[in-house]
Amino acid sequence: MKYSYYPGCTLKTKAKDLDRYGRLCAEKLGIILEEPDNWQCCGGVYPQGEDEIATKLSSVRALADAKEKGQDLVTLCSACHHVLKRVNHDMKQNETIRLRANNYLKLDSPYQGETNVIHYLEMLRDKVGFDNLKKAVVNPQTDRKIAPYYGCLLLRPGKVMAFDDPEDPRIMEDFIRAIGATPVKYSQRNECCGGYLTLENKKAAQKRAGAVVDSAEQAGADLMITACPLCLYNLDANVPEGSVPVQYFTEILAEALGVKEEV
Amino acid sequence: MSLTNQVTAADILRISGVDASRCMQCGKCSGACPNYDEMDIPPHRFAIMVRQGRITELMESQAIYRCLSCFACSQRCPRNVEPAKLIEAVRLTVIRQKGQNHMKADSIPEKLDEKLPQQAIVSAMRKYSK
Repeated sequence: MKYSYYPGCTLKTKAKDLDRYGRLCAEKLGIILEEPDNWQCCGGVYPQGEDEIATKLSSVRALADAKEKGQDLVTLCSACHHVLKRVNHDMKQNETIRLRANNYLKLDSPYQGETNVIHYLEMLRDKVGFDNLKKAVVNPQTDRKIAPYYGCLLLRPGKVMAFDDPEDPRIMEDFIRAIGATPVKYSQRNECCGGYLTLENKKAAQKRAGAVVDSAEQAGADLMITACPLCLYNLDANVPEGSVPVQYFTEILAEALGVKEEV
Repeated sequence: MSLTNQVTAADILRISGVDASRCMQCGKCSGACPNYDEMDIPPHRFAIMVRQGRITELMESQAIYRCLSCFACSQRCPRNVEPAKLIEAVRLTVIRQKGQNHMKADSIPEKLDEKLPQQAIVSAMRKYSK
């Protein structure tokens, strides 16, 4: 299995763990992730304005590159995934955005949303299969009670993201079971961590992150996992010290697959 | 610097692609908003105020900077009104005007800490400035 792989900026800097464990695990599972040469930052947030074109172009470039290679495009960061998936949807469904973006880019052939964008977790579920993942596990995480943190960006809007049931998802719980651990269900698993508000109104962001972590603790979690660097930051730096720890899901996966020590 | 350009409900419709007149004021969006306490104008009122053409009041609100873009309101709207898009459109009509950036690059260094991911800065600057 070979895919285009879009790491995004933060995975090259503060979120190196999300990236390197993700790559190691893919290799272990026999998957080749090819990083395009010239990808650009997705912008972190999906530009919702119908007349926002320039801010969508970096995504279109990455999508068109994958189309040229005839590959599905795999993402790992929740924010990059959200932006690429929604821009791809625009390029498929919104005639005006499609026309204007192509007028800017002047590609050899116009991009019309042909690329299939899949998140790493979807790759594990739909391409590898959780049953096969389970067979590849050498260190089952049997004693762990793990609270999956979905947040917002992987799930909503459900009609576009089509990742899982946006109100009652199960992909991360199934992932946790596949690595031998016990998933902990809690009410705040798909409520916002505070996001970029941490730079605008720290107090409000802390309140939000506190509510999420408190909910996971009340449910008996000893670890939280996420796919998003900003969620990880908020659930770590914006909560009281000594709260339940949070990790990238690729790190616990690397532990389960016995490749963590290779880093 | 004050806002110089007049903005109408038609501008918000054009930028957001959302017809606020579809809103039936059921309040599900505000019930779903995880930042409700911080929103001086909660999503359901935001939608009706767009419909009433009270755009200047919305442009002067704090709500346009407090929305988390978590899309809980849009997800749960039974009429596909997508309040998050209305809020973003109003914010755009403010920050696109000269001198109206809500967050300036100069203010970033003092907000940094060792763990803060680049994603936070990029996202906030995309949301709050042009």
